[in-house]
Amino acid sequence: MSQVIEVRWHGRGGQGAKTGSAILAEVLFEAGKHTQSFPEYGAERQGAPMKAFNRVGDEPIRDRSGVLTPDVVVLIDPTLIDAVKPTVGGKDSTVYLINSPDSPANLKKKLGLKDSVKVMTVDATKITLEEFGQNRPNTPILGALAHFFKDVPLEAFIDHFTHKMGGKLPEKVLKANQESIRRGYEEVQQG
Amino acid sequence: MSRKDITSGNWAVAEAMRQINPDVVAAYPITPSTDIPMRFSEFVADGLVDTNLVTVESEHSAISACLAASVSGARVMTASSANGVALMHEIFPIAASYRAPIVFGLVNRSLGAPINIHCDHSDSMAERDSGWIHIYCEDGQEVYDTMIMGVRIAEHKDVLLPVFVCQDGFITSHCFEPVEFMEDDEVQAFIGERDPLFPLLDIDNPVAYGSLALTDYYFEIKRQQVEAMKHVERVYKEVAQEFAKKTGRDYPVVDTYRTDDADHIIVIMSSAAGAAKDTVDSLRERGHKVGCMRIRLFRPFPAAAIVDALKDARSIAVLDRAASLGAPAPLFTEIKGALYDAGIHIPTNTYVYGLGGRDFFPHNAEEAFMDLINNKMSPEERYLGLRE
Repeated sequence: MSQVIEVRWHGRGGQGAKTGSAILAEVLFEAGKHTQSFPEYGAERQGAPMKAFNRVGDEPIRDRSGVLTPDVVVLIDPTLIDAVKPTVGGKDSTVYLINSPDSPANLKKKLGLKDSVKVMTVDATKITLEEFGQNRPNTPILGALAHFFKDVPLEAFIDHFTHKMGGKLPEKVLKANQESIRRGYEEVQQG
Repeated sequence: MSRKDITSGNWAVAEAMRQINPDVVAAYPITPSTDIPMRFSEFVADGLVDTNLVTVESEHSAISACLAASVSGARVMTASSANGVALMHEIFPIAASYRAPIVFGLVNRSLGAPINIHCDHSDSMAERDSGWIHIYCEDGQEVYDTMIMGVRIAEHKDVLLPVFVCQDGFITSHCFEPVEFMEDDEVQAFIGERDPLFPLLDIDNPVAYGSLALTDYYFEIKRQQVEAMKHVERVYKEVAQEFAKKTGRDYPVVDTYRTDDADHIIVIMSSAAGAAKDTVDSLRERGHKVGCMRIRLFRPFPAAAIVDALKDARSIAVLDRAASLGAPAPLFTEIKGALYDAGIHIPTNTYVYGLGGRDFFPHNAEEAFMDLINNKMSPEERYLGLRE
């Protein structure tokens, strides 16, 4: 078995964690990877904590069980730090990516993580409020994830959006999405 | 030519339906198969298919409309899950007895109560004696391919039986993963036109459906259904072979994974086979000779192929995603019966797992394998991933 990277997304119903996970699968698939994206459904309601998962590898992926020991944990909503246990199953090598204006050092403390664990933060809410006037944090998060999937260039994330949504979205909205992805990549704080 | 894209199990069914372009679809949406009629209705609204989509008020009406259209000579498809399937139950044996080749996307979900939207096989297992062909799929690719092959198998003159194409609710139906699609004209060329045998609407050759047969003929008609089922495996193999030649994707009636020299074999169905196969690889690396057999064709039950794959094993674990309350689990019973008939006695454990969508992890498969390896054998039902 080749190395499979596992991602766990934490969000609230309606915030786009499921879509973010699906888009990540599409981008990495287009870059030649084998990918899986699936949500964990509970009672489906807006605002309730939910999870979504990705598996990414160089060979076909057979295991369809939930991700227990994620390599990447994404928190779409900063209030989930207290509401769910985002560190469950985390390894020393697990990377956390959090939508927050706070610094990685502060969040590391808040999550009770060792100093050596890598935490990235990006103020995705602020970026999308500026770019679209709406809180749609998953585009800057996708941009920030490009730092983790280093063998896939940032342009692949941006281009995916263009050819998937080009013609379907007004030019202005398309541009705002592209800009949000780019800013997510550029404005991420790593610690 | 083909194209590969990221899609879900439900969307794969809907895409196959678009390419098949059936004459009639009658459906009543229910979680987790809702996406199938939802997406298909978009194809209808966009004029991408010629299908007469009948939006009915219940699953009972959906399958009734499907049956009427099918015996009229139309090519008919639908989808459902769980309690929707249960509500259709009355009509299923009628559809089989009328020899109506309906192709049905069944997205497995547990039967209430308690209310649960997640996967187990209690809905389709409850229909195992309805006279339908049952095919269980591991992933989205297999679901897509089986919908297309299903048309040919169901409509074959030696078969003429309806078919359930089963996939695991949410696990497969809502998982986005790469699926390779055929071109529209390739699908059309593969399935051809339906050539119905005794269509109700052929007014030059009038026939009756729904007639009464009491002690005089009922038994003979059931015997004919038994005979039709006997043809399924041969027709299945012909269709699968032709499909493999076109696409390179081969679907034997049972999917064997590293069973050739295996001492210990897990028998399983549908999506959980993936975790079991990964576990086979990790245990093989640790020196254990283990394998996995996935039952794809469940009705008719391919006993010969199963016995052939299991006959040299030292012990077997049968994993059922459905319980038969008060009796051994359904797949376990069938496997034991097949081995008994072949005069083979291999110690076999029975496990129930994953009811109500309880996740099935590689460590659950490992637990069952370790029982076999450590010779912890008994006929008593065991449970994987259960709190007791």
